[in-house]
Amino acid sequence: MRTVTDSHRQDSWDIEGAGTLAVDPKELREPLVEGKPDLRDVTETVSGVVESKPTRLWYATVTLTGGLAAWGILTIIYTTMTGIGVWGNNQPVGWAWDITNFVFWIGIGHAGTLISAILFLFRQKWRTAINRAAEAMTIFAVICALIFPVIHTGRPWVAVYWLLPLPNQMEMWVNFRSPLLWDVFAVSTYFAVSLMFWFVGLVPDFATLRNRAKNRIVKAVWTFVSLGWTGANRHWHRYEKAYLILAGISTPLVLSVHTIVSFDFAVSVLPGWHTTIFPPYFVAGAIFSGFGMVLTLMILARKLLNLEQFITVKHIENMNKVLMATGLMVGYAYGIEFFIAWYSGNPFERFAFINRAFGPYSWAYWTMVTCNVFIPQLFWFRKIRRNLAITWVISIFVNIGMWFERFVIIATSLHRDFLPSSWGYFIPTWVDVSIFAGTVGLFLTMFLLFAKYIPVLAISEVKGILPGAQPSHSHH
Amino acid sequence: MKKTAGMTGLFHDPDAVLAAAAEIRRAGYRKFDFHTPYPLHGLDEAMGVKRTVLPWISLGAGVLGTAVALHLQWWTGAVDYPLVIGGKPLFALPPSIPIAFELTVLFCAIATVVGMFALNGLPRWFSKWQHDEHFTRSTDDAFVVTVDAGDPHYDTDQTQALLESLGAEQVRVVEYEDQ
Repeated sequence: MRTVTDSHRQDSWDIEGAGTLAVDPKELREPLVEGKPDLRDVTETVSGVVESKPTRLWYATVTLTGGLAAWGILTIIYTTMTGIGVWGNNQPVGWAWDITNFVFWIGIGHAGTLISAILFLFRQKWRTAINRAAEAMTIFAVICALIFPVIHTGRPWVAVYWLLPLPNQMEMWVNFRSPLLWDVFAVSTYFAVSLMFWFVGLVPDFATLRNRAKNRIVKAVWTFVSLGWTGANRHWHRYEKAYLILAGISTPLVLSVHTIVSFDFAVSVLPGWHTTIFPPYFVAGAIFSGFGMVLTLMILARKLLNLEQFITVKHIENMNKVLMATGLMVGYAYGIEFFIAWYSGNPFERFAFINRAFGPYSWAYWTMVTCNVFIPQLFWFRKIRRNLAITWVISIFVNIGMWFERFVIIATSLHRDFLPSSWGYFIPTWVDVSIFAGTVGLFLTMFLLFAKYIPVLAISEVKGILPGAQPSHSHH
Repeated sequence: MKKTAGMTGLFHDPDAVLAAAAEIRRAGYRKFDFHTPYPLHGLDEAMGVKRTVLPWISLGAGVLGTAVALHLQWWTGAVDYPLVIGGKPLFALPPSIPIAFELTVLFCAIATVVGMFALNGLPRWFSKWQHDEHFTRSTDDAFVVTVDAGDPHYDTDQTQALLESLGAEQVRVVEYEDQ
């Protein structure tokens, strides 16, 4: 006779059956750290980078990138003193390298927030090895991005009145209905929140460095920036809550930033810009380009700083998967844009896209498609995903391709407008090229300083995911 | 003048920490803490740490951010200097959403970070425990228990016996210089 007890027995038998697997599936997963380091090994490895003297290679590289940055600053001064006429943009291409570079750099930053916030919410533990460096990259990229809108105003010292709602003697306010103003709020909020998120993550690691410091001055510096962190569990409790809230609000924030950047174009009525696909297309492209830059930097950093144990081939492979997924999204957007141009039946829209692919800038368009859509298809092969040298080369192609994507969207949509007599062709001047090269130098210099003087791995987070680091019956 | 901060000891096993936390709490202590290199899951429950009010601070600041942003856009555009641009209404909700969202996030983030450090009593660049060697280990490779001398149950012999019975190593009294 079937009773309630019987059915219970049936259930428990099922559970017991599942428990007879010979191996725990978790054990079959590739480990997140290699070589079974203990807590002290993590402290030593990461602090060791900060505490050691910089190598000659480091000095040589910083000199090179710093020189490039200095050249960029000189050309910015030249631009400001002469006027933005020294740039190549002119009617009909009123927006060119400045905004291309702005969107390029803002996009780079998005991978950092995706890794630190979105992967955190999805409980992707592999993020701990790369989140610190990726967040640093976000901050430096946003700094580089902010340079362009500020200097393109020509007189940056009064630009604050055009960008922010400050009371002034004309008693006028900024235009809150302009996407360009939304952009000011989005990018500055993004910068501030990313900086706070990064700093919160750093405080416990600064405390580790403080407790190790021998030199009095060094100790004083770490004491100051660690805010007196003691690692007390009653503090960790609020700390973890704050981290979760920051991750929770950074997630919609990062999606909003590139959405609003895309509004700069999509809210206008220009063929090639006025499309509803722009927000998701821009966000996917931003993450794609950001992961390209993370790979470019981290493959070098893990080698030069001896972090192979913590940033493993598994991490690189995971990032390559994200790269391929977002690359496919970007490729899909390219295709859909053409489909809609044809399907809309709008001759101007159709012309804009045919001109994009087969007009005077077709070389830029096909560079973009090759770098962003064709080349990342190599990542379908596991061998290539796990090959660091090939990955690094592909990541460079992604960086190039995503710069060209922004250039293609901006320049090709503008250079042939509704009136053929006013068509033109944009060519950058040496000043355009120098300022962009300068921001690359600035970005790399800041990253090198970071990699030397600030813990490049999140010490406390990596410790928390070591095997055996958590109590055995906890289910996290 | 030298003052007693309390008693401290080392643990190396996360499971032992959880068990010890529950026992110390059961013995009636309230002013005790564990200093750990990374957050240990389950320790809050074992120690009986009350849920923080921080999320409410974050929520309040976020709502304030939304209100400030909407008020700012409405007052500057429709009250203080009404200016028709492109035949659009002086104030409308849809174009006000992006800035309202951004300021919500900004206010919320600032309140979360400032609130977290303030509730933790930080920044405070001096700790009673800082000159003890255990304290340095707590950011490296050990879990350090600290029982504050101000706890009513604190007693040099009994507390030491309790901590040692729970598996704490190198249990000792910590003193600090009171300025």
